[in-house]
Amino acid sequence: MNKNFSVSIALWTLTVKEIRRFLRIWIQTLVPPAVTMSLYFVIFGSLIGPRIGSMDGFDYIQFMIPGLIMLSVITNSYNNVVSSFYSVKFQKSIEELLISPMPNWVILLGFVLGGVSRGVLIGFIVFCVSLIFYPEFTVVNPALTILVLLLTSILFSLMGFINAVFADSFDDISIIPTFILTPLIYLGGVFYSINILPDMWRTISMANPMLYVVNTFREGMLGVSDVSIPFALGMIFAFIGILTGSCLYLLNKGTGIRQ
Amino acid sequence: MAFALEITDLKKTYPGGVEALKGISFSVNEGDFYALLGPNGAGKSSTIGIIGSLVTKSSGKVKIFDTDIDGNVEQAKMMLGVVSQEINFSQFEKVMDIVVTQAGFYGIPKSEALPKVESILKRLGLWDKKDVQARTLSGGYKRRLMIAKALVHEPKLLILDEPTAGVDIELRREMWSFLKEINENGTTIILTTHYLEEAEQLCRNIGIIDDGKIVTNTGMKDLLGSLNVQGFVFDLESPLSEAPSIEGFPLKLEDPLTLIAAVNKDRSINSLFELLSDRGIKVKSMRNEANRLEELFIEMVKK
Ligand SMILES: Nc1ncnc2c1ncn2[C@@H]1O[C@H](COP(=O)(O)OP(=O)(O)O)[C@@H](O)[C@H]1O
Ligand SMILES: [Mg+2]
Repeated sequence: MNKNFSVSIALWTLTVKEIRRFLRIWIQTLVPPAVTMSLYFVIFGSLIGPRIGSMDGFDYIQFMIPGLIMLSVITNSYNNVVSSFYSVKFQKSIEELLISPMPNWVILLGFVLGGVSRGVLIGFIVFCVSLIFYPEFTVVNPALTILVLLLTSILFSLMGFINAVFADSFDDISIIPTFILTPLIYLGGVFYSINILPDMWRTISMANPMLYVVNTFREGMLGVSDVSIPFALGMIFAFIGILTGSCLYLLNKGTGIRQ
Repeated sequence: MAFALEITDLKKTYPGGVEALKGISFSVNEGDFYALLGPNGAGKSSTIGIIGSLVTKSSGKVKIFDTDIDGNVEQAKMMLGVVSQEINFSQFEKVMDIVVTQAGFYGIPKSEALPKVESILKRLGLWDKKDVQARTLSGGYKRRLMIAKALVHEPKLLILDEPTAGVDIELRREMWSFLKEINENGTTIILTTHYLEEAEQLCRNIGIIDDGKIVTNTGMKDLLGSLNVQGFVFDLESPLSEAPSIEGFPLKLEDPLTLIAAVNKDRSINSLFELLSDRGIKVKSMRNEANRLEELFIEMVKK
């Protein structure tokens, strides 16, 4: 027998399967962020924005664009992995992966690449939508912007994965996004600069991890940030490292997937 | 000669505390068609789950063609195909995609998988359903899809967990002939079942598992030789507290009013009646029941 297992083909297969999944249900996955973000741009950008005036020296709509892109990227990466991996568990098709020679890191990477693909695609869609409302937008630092876009979707794909590992019901996959993730993002500087907050709230906000992601991205797109970029990037890398380690540990232990 | 499968002192205790496997050992020769027979809850699926890395073992050793699953697991997995007892594919995908994807998980590129998948689907009568969503398939076709998935990487050892449970007779026979054919072409097959008839039709060797223990491991012919018996169920007029012991007639009390007997085919049932009435046991009615025999048989070999 000349059967040598090819890791790259296995990884490719899983990644393509993950991408096909969210493309197949594009009405649920790709359209809603485009619609919601258009509404944000119309209401907060075009209607209310002019009354708000400028934020950190930018038109309000311009200030909001990076925030809304991050909001979409975070929720979509997270949701993609949590719902896909949970339904693979739920339908028992996790057995197709476990029975195969794929090592655990390939399984994790396949799901994360699926989440990253969706996150990046959504980021691009929302950016295109924003150009409709603010055509003169230019990206100040494209390299940083793309780096943060990728890191953010990796980070939140990993979080979604951990959520799915522990989930035992469909309720469990919506509790964290609804009650933790969304509030933290909204309070993490998507709509405002923390400079407008009273001192106490500004200090509290500094403990919100979303603030670092949103601001690093804003630095890439607009060149302004409420936080130190090297520090923020360091934190993002550290979290990715810790979460990757945790995911692999859980997979090796078989938590939630092997009895 | 190498063993296709070698299991040594395998134990499994589930998190809830259920001791599903209490140290089983058996081996299956290369090229064999082996039956693992046992009642519900005996530990068949747990054993298969461990072999396929779907369940973690508590202790013991599993070797597939001399490769320890704790050692080179990748190599062990390439040689193994498993058809699980429960459906385990994504219901919303198409038949063809499911099988081609499974091939991909084994590292087989799509271009190489397509002709293989075509021939497997054709052989299993699934080809004209290749583009339908899996959830629309009937139970029998879902079962065939499970088999197609397990064969796509051409494993040397195929294990099927109750593949014919809930499948109609015609399809069952079709599956039997399919399995016989791939066994003749060199694939070692292990099949779990709780139908003695199925094991008898297909298998050369048999292991009987009950309550997490292997109770016998022998050739099918030897087993059938010793199984030249019929099963009878007696409904009694008055209750008994324990089964009487009668030389030459193994008896088992199912409940105080129901006695099960294994009667050798060359012995007369009349003499059993006489021996029972000698002991003051009156029989109200009697039935011949083959499937009860299976359970009793397990009881017999346990002793
Ligand atoms: N996931 C599980 N958690 C706890 N107990 C289990 C689990 N799966 C099986 N069992 C128990 O282990 C024993 C063996 O089950 P199983 O291997 O499915 O037997 P079989 O396939 O022979 O019917 C049974 O008592 C069953 O209830
Ligand atoms: Mg079973």
